[in-house]
Amino acid sequence: MDLKELYQDIILEHGKSPRNFGKCEKYTHEAKGYNPLCGDQVHVYLKLNDEKKVEDLTFEGSGCAISIASTSIMTELVKGKKLDVTKKIIKAFMNMIKKTDEIKSYDLSDEQKTKIMSLSGVQQYPMRVKCATLAWHTLISAINEKENVVTTEINES
Amino acid sequence: MDITNIKSQFPILSKKINGKKLVYLDSSNSAQKPITVLKALDNFYKNEFSNIGRSIHALAVNATNKFEETRINVKNFINANSKDEIIFTKNATESINLVANTFGKQNIKKGDEILITELEHHSNYVPWHYLRETYGAIIKFAPINDDGDIIINKLKDLITPKTKIIAITHLSNVTGTIVPVKEIVEIAKKKNIPVLVDGCQSAPHIKIDVKDLDCDFYAISCHKVYGPTGLGILYAKKKWLESLPPYIGGGGMISEVKKDKISYAPLPEKYEAGTMPTAEVVAFNESIKFMESIGAQNIIKHEQELTNYALEKMKKINSVNIIGNPKNKAGVISFTIKGIHPHDISTIVDEEGVAIRAGHHCCQILHERLNLTATARASIGVYNDKEDIDIFCNAIEKCRKVFELK
Repeated sequence: MDLKELYQDIILEHGKSPRNFGKCEKYTHEAKGYNPLCGDQVHVYLKLNDEKKVEDLTFEGSGCAISIASTSIMTELVKGKKLDVTKKIIKAFMNMIKKTDEIKSYDLSDEQKTKIMSLSGVQQYPMRVKCATLAWHTLISAINEKENVVTTEINES
Repeated sequence: MDITNIKSQFPILSKKINGKKLVYLDSSNSAQKPITVLKALDNFYKNEFSNIGRSIHALAVNATNKFEETRINVKNFINANSKDEIIFTKNATESINLVANTFGKQNIKKGDEILITELEHHSNYVPWHYLRETYGAIIKFAPINDDGDIIINKLKDLITPKTKIIAITHLSNVTGTIVPVKEIVEIAKKKNIPVLVDGCQSAPHIKIDVKDLDCDFYAISCHKVYGPTGLGILYAKKKWLESLPPYIGGGGMISEVKKDKISYAPLPEKYEAGTMPTAEVVAFNESIKFMESIGAQNIIKHEQELTNYALEKMKKINSVNIIGNPKNKAGVISFTIKGIHPHDISTIVDEEGVAIRAGHHCCQILHERLNLTATARASIGVYNDKEDIDIFCNAIEKCRKVFELK
């Protein structure tokens, strides 16, 4: 195991200066994530527009460098994406963390792939996987919670 | 005291972790086991195994004798009046649950109050919470000050005619506070309130004398006292064990069983239903012998010196913040490093072979009180030495380096 793989510069940098931190205005979805083992908390705010595009994605919370960096990187990757692409990104990330899959294209640029892969060091630290996935699970929960509502509205129309 | 000799009695301490010498600083969580304990477990299963208290063949008689020998030695170890006051349980958590459940059933009614403190481990809160749920009891928390000491006057103020029991830790597993239990028992006695003491952290590190403390209940976790897992102890004054109802029902705890009625076994069997962790009890005798071979005073002196050494060194490291500054502090050192989350600290020092714990240490109430979500904790055992502390402090410096702290 190599600490440098876990704590890559990009992780440390995002950990110290997370992007999209705070509560965005007029969010349409939100969810809270909590890791009872360590007390890490994340609150995700998602703003989906009528075209089901992620107009904004921000978060509040506290946690270790891995969890903050992972959340920050997630917001960067997902912001501006369509919901279906967002789900693919989430899947790509989860598969990468669980080592079940290579990163597929999923409309990601090389830079975006690199960002996801910066978290791959976590694979070597099973006790830290939850730190990295907390925000992603929370985002799924935010999407699902309101997606049902959105689906209902579509059915009604 | 020859510390190298003590270290050499623990086989695991010569192992390497991540290619580095193991520096084990997680003894508050669970302590390592000396070779005598491991050999006793092995020997019992290989050469002496039998269930106890039932059959009358030679193996059973010998196993029963050995089991009871440990009980007598536990009694002496904590200076109880009688071996009947020593109940073996699954763990200290079960010991506290036993008291909460049986005492609650007999004595707690809606609106009755249970007084605990902000220092308590979840295992000395959740069992009482059950009484809140079941009987409508009220739980009050005696506050601590920022140093991590219980504010005794405020504790006094929280005692009312409705206070039915006080449950307090003897030694905090976060701040290392050694709680003036004797003083609190004296306060409680004046009002005729029984006191349960959670002795999980204290039993391995300070001299326990239940007669001197005059507490009603005392819970011990054997795996923290250099003993096997799966074993706890409940000390209780005989009057309580005689008058409280039984807890877990089954074989071994009965006297006579009829279709229409059941009578219970005398003490201590009344509270020991089912097959007990026999080998663990037998092996725990070696843990007590280990502790006594060093002597309480030597253990206290050694761990105190080491704690002071660690605190002095840690305070010199920039951005390290020690949690709590109690009047009497044992070798439990929780800390934070500004700019590095405790989980990251734990991962990085682990790479250096240093085992510490990160999280809320089953004390969320205390962390909330101190405005912390998590802390890192280094906790000292009798086998630690100054070299361990030096390696640990170097590992902290490495955290600072990885995170590029100035």
